[in-house]
Amino acid sequence: MGGKHYLPLTDEDRREMLSAIGVDTIEDLFSDIPREVRLQRELDLPPSLSETEAVKHLSSLAAKNKNLNDNISFMGAGVYDHFIPSVIKHITGRSEFYTSYTPYQAEISQGILQAIFEYQTLICQLTGMDVANASMYDGGTAVAEGAIMGCGATRRSKALVSRSVSPFYRAVLSNYFNSRGLELEEIPLKDGHTDFASLEKMVDESVASVILQTPNFFGLVEEMDGVADVVHKHKAVLVVSADPLSLPLLQSPGDYGADIVVGEGQSLGVPPSFGGPLLGIMAARSRFVRQLPGRIAGETVDSEGNRGYVLTLQTREQHIRREKASSNICSNEALVALAAAVYMASMGPQGMREVSEQCLQKATYAREKLTALDGFESVFPGYNFKEFAVKVPGSPEDLNSKLLKKNIYGGVDITPFYPELENTMLFAVTEKRTREEIDTLVRELEGWK
Amino acid sequence: MRKAKALLFEMGRSGRRGYSLPDNDVPEKSLDQLLPQKMQRNEPLGMPELSEVEVIRHYTELSTRNFGVDTGFYPLGSCTMKYNPKVNEEVAALPGFAQLHPCQPEETAQGALELYYNMEQCLKELTGMERFTMQPSAGAHGELTGLMVIQAYHRHRGDHHRNKVLVPVTAHGTNPATVTMAGYEVVQVPADERGNVDLEALKEAVDETTSALMLTNPSTLGLFEEEILDMARVVHEAGGLLYYDGANMNAIMGYTRPGDMGFDVVHLNIHKTLSTPHGGGGPGSGPVGVKERLTPYLPVPLVEKKGDQFYFNYDLPESIGKVQSFYGNFGVVVKAYNYLRMMGAEGLKQVSTDAVINSNYLASLLQKHYYIPYDRIRKHEFVVSPKTQAKKGAGAGDIAKALLDRGFHPPTVYFPLIVDEALMTEPNETESKETLDAYARAMEEIAKIIDENAEEIASGPHNTVVGRLDEVRAARNPILRWQKE
Repeated sequence: MGGKHYLPLTDEDRREMLSAIGVDTIEDLFSDIPREVRLQRELDLPPSLSETEAVKHLSSLAAKNKNLNDNISFMGAGVYDHFIPSVIKHITGRSEFYTSYTPYQAEISQGILQAIFEYQTLICQLTGMDVANASMYDGGTAVAEGAIMGCGATRRSKALVSRSVSPFYRAVLSNYFNSRGLELEEIPLKDGHTDFASLEKMVDESVASVILQTPNFFGLVEEMDGVADVVHKHKAVLVVSADPLSLPLLQSPGDYGADIVVGEGQSLGVPPSFGGPLLGIMAARSRFVRQLPGRIAGETVDSEGNRGYVLTLQTREQHIRREKASSNICSNEALVALAAAVYMASMGPQGMREVSEQCLQKATYAREKLTALDGFESVFPGYNFKEFAVKVPGSPEDLNSKLLKKNIYGGVDITPFYPELENTMLFAVTEKRTREEIDTLVRELEGWK
Repeated sequence: MRKAKALLFEMGRSGRRGYSLPDNDVPEKSLDQLLPQKMQRNEPLGMPELSEVEVIRHYTELSTRNFGVDTGFYPLGSCTMKYNPKVNEEVAALPGFAQLHPCQPEETAQGALELYYNMEQCLKELTGMERFTMQPSAGAHGELTGLMVIQAYHRHRGDHHRNKVLVPVTAHGTNPATVTMAGYEVVQVPADERGNVDLEALKEAVDETTSALMLTNPSTLGLFEEEILDMARVVHEAGGLLYYDGANMNAIMGYTRPGDMGFDVVHLNIHKTLSTPHGGGGPGSGPVGVKERLTPYLPVPLVEKKGDQFYFNYDLPESIGKVQSFYGNFGVVVKAYNYLRMMGAEGLKQVSTDAVINSNYLASLLQKHYYIPYDRIRKHEFVVSPKTQAKKGAGAGDIAKALLDRGFHPPTVYFPLIVDEALMTEPNETESKETLDAYARAMEEIAKIIDENAEEIASGPHNTVVGRLDEVRAARNPILRWQKE
């Protein structure tokens, strides 16, 4: 049996322990399970593997995948191929961190509590918010919970979401709203941006939350001037989803009047992992602190007056408030938040800025080169950050198949999410792409149709 | 010597750097040309400037101020803090898993899809369910997904008046919180004197507005619901469904299955039962399994096999939609799958056997010095109630701090709510008899000290890097981020 080495009890131990318990057989310990529901056979699972065999099996499955290390990737749509400093895995690989759980016992959990407190601070500084939580599952669930927070804060039950918000996030949002009996309306697009005139018309006293994303799904920086005023005029809440790695460069959501900032934190030093674990970012103005879902670390002092950290404001949470809690979230993505904090600590203000500037410069270079090709058209006017939409002269699937033969992952086909856009692809260009790689992409597509 | 640790923001020096990036090699344009000034950030980032070694030493020191399963015994009840096999970490970090993009074409991710497919087959057999989704990212997320599926089932049948979900008083806090998240009303069901759900009360509580009963079996008292079949019948006869919270699955693998007990929907906490690390709070993974009549409502996509090819099936018109942006916490599923394959059927049954032996053994040792309510065979956990000790001046919370001083992580304190001064204790199968004996001796010593001088225990902990932290002050005067003075 493969996993025997994880089980320290010997037969001798078991005999002694049964006798101490005062029963004769192991069977006696399961006599409380009614006979009718007892499994009368062994589980039918594949034979157990030794460590060597397991590694071989898992490695063979891994080898069937074409991974981003061995290919050049221009895929984005919420998950990106950014540089990950080596230090991160050495810190998140320290088992004092990764084998611990939620720090209920603060005195032996100062490490993760302080790391969360620092993470919260870093997220606040990036977003211009006052408070942040210890993490949500991912960008999609953070968007949904942010919208629900707005409903809680305003005691209204309707949200408006821009069609430029990631369709992956909108799918989660609409499911959460549908289940809870909340109403959701979509703000239409205008040239790939949120149609401000429609937003203005749609927001009224019945609206709790207005959800926008910038840079939006098409990689376009939304025009946020005046948005907060319109939303606040009706006492609604402005929820903004932002890529944290765009914020060293872009006006902070706090600066243009956002109330709640959510987002996907994967770009902060987290591998793509086929879409999970990811990192849901959740930050807000201090007046929303009681509506915040999830864990929050706070500063306090110990019995001798030393500074220390605890989980705080727990009366919002499910283990205390039960059905009146602000959310049901319990396990979160703490270790991924730790990775993001180590990323930000390592990169510092200069490194963060340099990464976002390189994304912008390289994406611009790629967009100009690509759209100069015959039949490749830029779809929307405006200002892109690290992604852009391109209409290609043929099927995106064919285009990607051709590129794949050259070990290039092309853009994400977004036509399934936006049927109104024909043969349209979303290309992401991070700081990791070199000029040579971009030129190779362009060369491969020259004359393609 | 107790000493506060400096924050990141109190370290470093302007001009220092902890990163290395290649130079930008594309022709550079001026920033203002690419982005209007008003769209640009106009405030400093306020991050510290640190060298790589400072970053490493900072977090290494923080790690020494943290306690994990690798540090010592961690009997945190209902959290299943079992040992996390190291090989799981290695396989999940393989670039063939960690460096996959969720949007890459299916034919380039056949190994990942095959892993999902194989995992689903294993979980179906383990639980007796028809199909599984891996999309939920944690146990509570699985609960929400499960209730959404149940809701869709009722709605699809035109059964719109079922707006209540029954939850036993012993349930984890996530259960009632999930009920609210899904737009339902909670109906609480009491326990009887044996610690089971009160069957008579359950009969009274169910009616035509009942959507489901959420149940953890064994319960948070570590007790198997002996009348589970009657409970299932009562709920089903009223047209409701049964939801199984898999938090305590570690007690029953290979002995019984939720599907055979009559449950319609199951979530598993694979970060508990299937050994993946808890990460200081997460990530977890909460796959949801359902019986056949509920499969049409599972989230999209499901993983299917056609010939020797695997693919994502989005063609599920009755599906609730999505609960996570992509396919769930794949990286966690990889680890759990590796564990499952190493343990096999015999191994998993041995896991539950040993978890139950350890729990009953430790309870028998602690019973000599502490009151443990519900005197019957327990499953993988039990609840100690130091009521006597509390009267003397040191209750569950103080005993927990005394355990910190003795090198143990304490049990879950003050839960479940129906036990006074609860210490919910889950030893797990990965602990040796010697460890349990040492823990029992520490608990005995603590009980003796309380008898003589409760204040010594009530004033603890004494040996930790910080003294008892003031939680009331933290909540009254919230400081939730560092700020420049």
